[in-house]
Amino acid sequence: MKKRLLMNLTVALMVLGLVFTVSCAKKPVMSEAPTGVVVDQSAADAAAAEAEALAKQRAMEEAQLKADALKEAQLKDAEFAKKAAAERRFQSQDIHFDYDSSELSPMSKTLLKEKALWLEENTNVLVSIEGHCDDRGTTEYNLALGERRAISAKQFLVNLGISESRLVTISYGEERPLALEATEAAWAKNRRAHFVVK
Amino acid sequence: MIVLLIGGVFPRIVSAQHAYINISDPFLRKSPVAVPDFKLLGGQDAGGDLAREARTVLVNALEFTGYIKVLEKASYIEQPAVTGISRAEVNFKNWTVVGAELLVTGGVVISGDGVQLKLRLFDTFTERLLVGKVYSGQTDDIRRMVHRFCSEISFHLTGKRGVFASRLAFVSTVKKNKEIFVCDFDGYRPKQVTRLNSITLSPSWSSDGQYLAYTSYVKGNPDLYIKNLKQKQGTSVRFKGVNITPDWVPGQFALAATLSYSGDQEIYLLTGKGKIIKRLTKSWGIDVSPEFSPDGKKIAFVSKRAGTPQIFIKDLETETVRRLTFQGRYNTSPAWSPDGDKIVYVGVVKGEINIYIIGIDGTGPVQLTRNAGDNEDPSWSPDGSLITFTSTREGVSRIFLMTATGGEQRRLLLMAGAQTGSEWSQGNENN
Repeated sequence: MKKRLLMNLTVALMVLGLVFTVSCAKKPVMSEAPTGVVVDQSAADAAAAEAEALAKQRAMEEAQLKADALKEAQLKDAEFAKKAAAERRFQSQDIHFDYDSSELSPMSKTLLKEKALWLEENTNVLVSIEGHCDDRGTTEYNLALGERRAISAKQFLVNLGISESRLVTISYGEERPLALEATEAAWAKNRRAHFVVK
Repeated sequence: MIVLLIGGVFPRIVSAQHAYINISDPFLRKSPVAVPDFKLLGGQDAGGDLAREARTVLVNALEFTGYIKVLEKASYIEQPAVTGISRAEVNFKNWTVVGAELLVTGGVVISGDGVQLKLRLFDTFTERLLVGKVYSGQTDDIRRMVHRFCSEISFHLTGKRGVFASRLAFVSTVKKNKEIFVCDFDGYRPKQVTRLNSITLSPSWSSDGQYLAYTSYVKGNPDLYIKNLKQKQGTSVRFKGVNITPDWVPGQFALAATLSYSGDQEIYLLTGKGKIIKRLTKSWGIDVSPEFSPDGKKIAFVSKRAGTPQIFIKDLETETVRRLTFQGRYNTSPAWSPDGDKIVYVGVVKGEINIYIIGIDGTGPVQLTRNAGDNEDPSWSPDGSLITFTSTREGVSRIFLMTATGGEQRRLLLMAGAQTGSEWSQGNENN
């Protein structure tokens, strides 16, 4: 990333340098023009017009450069945004479990495959997998169940080739519910493994 | 506080030669006791408030037991506060006629900033003095003095010292965190003992009441902490994975807990310093919540080895394991009765969380709570007469109390936040 930015900057500077070189080369011509003692008005006018044209050209070139740089930056922003979105998705997409279960559903497996792809693209990332439970169980057992959920998710990722050393698990049992209502929807939301990029 | 047993003053103390009350009898009839006003001894007028306070503490403590009924004062014929509190001065017919089988008289002597309590327990039918004690201390020792006498009454009636010297540890929310608190057996004087600003769970008392073990996330991971309450020092067990659900070996500086550093949750035996002695379970999957039998020879624990969470018992000498609970698909949080013959636990049926009790031989189970919120965390009083548990029957989770057979369910204490995970200490006089 940084390397490319540096290269772009170098190219931009080189182009600017070229513009300056061109304008300098024209200067000797200008100084040759007023040969007589009396300055020829028309010659002076012509020189001024030429200078004006040059300035215009220079401005246009600069505008073009600016536009190019902006476009480049926008492209980079878009790329960056895409990456950020992928990371956000990685962290925001919880996988869910049935009541008192740490088994992975087909949906969970699909999501985990997507997460594995992202982890392959982002090899320097470490992840904490949090296991959570709903509160329709007992505190201590849920600490154990939450860990089984996190371990299920971790094992699936390891089986897909993600290095075990990049994945840690932590159980929060029923201590960190997302939804506080006593409804099936809320309980389902709370029975989850959550992924946090460290 | 100095306690004096003055045999010479009460020459007719007799040893108990009667059958004890069976406090686990579900059809237990409460013993009717009369507790008339205490007498101000020494002639001075001061001390009226103290005398009233001492009597109130006594009445509340006796009512708390669940096996004593204090008769209404309005029905009393005799006034020992006027006529006298000693055996010679009591007319026992006046007490049997109002239905009292037992009579407690009290006398208060104020001397400087100290106070002396003279307490007697009489059998009104045999007209005998059962217990007589004199307690001396500061005026703010009144509660402890009276509770010591209650232990004597309890011992006389049940053969056990009762709950009066024990305390409860529990978890309460404090600013979105969970911290450990302790309070007296009756919910008085709650005091915060951890300030970790984290999730702190599962307090467990050592037999001597000197140590608490608990799990806390204070360093990010659920780790085990073993803390001496007085010396404010201790150790931690911080393996990878969970370090949870401690339970002390009765009478020893050692405890069992679930650790998962091996990649699988197993129950281990640890020294009080947190060193692993050995692994106690060998089964893939969830093994959690160890609970020692009172003799320390067995553990009850929760395992999912049969597909659903169920309570198992492991004999630590023969290494045999057997399943205890078969009814229902979710049975957790075992707590072994002090007599060793029953286990109280939590069962979840159709999303309803309730307390159940089962015999060690599998008899029962009997449901103790129903239609009253979620009920969790059962814990036995050290004499086996009462069970505390937490319930959401009033909305927010609070600590409740019931008799060992599920009777007289009532809230133990009212304080800010939500309370969970209550656990009785053994009855230690030095608590």
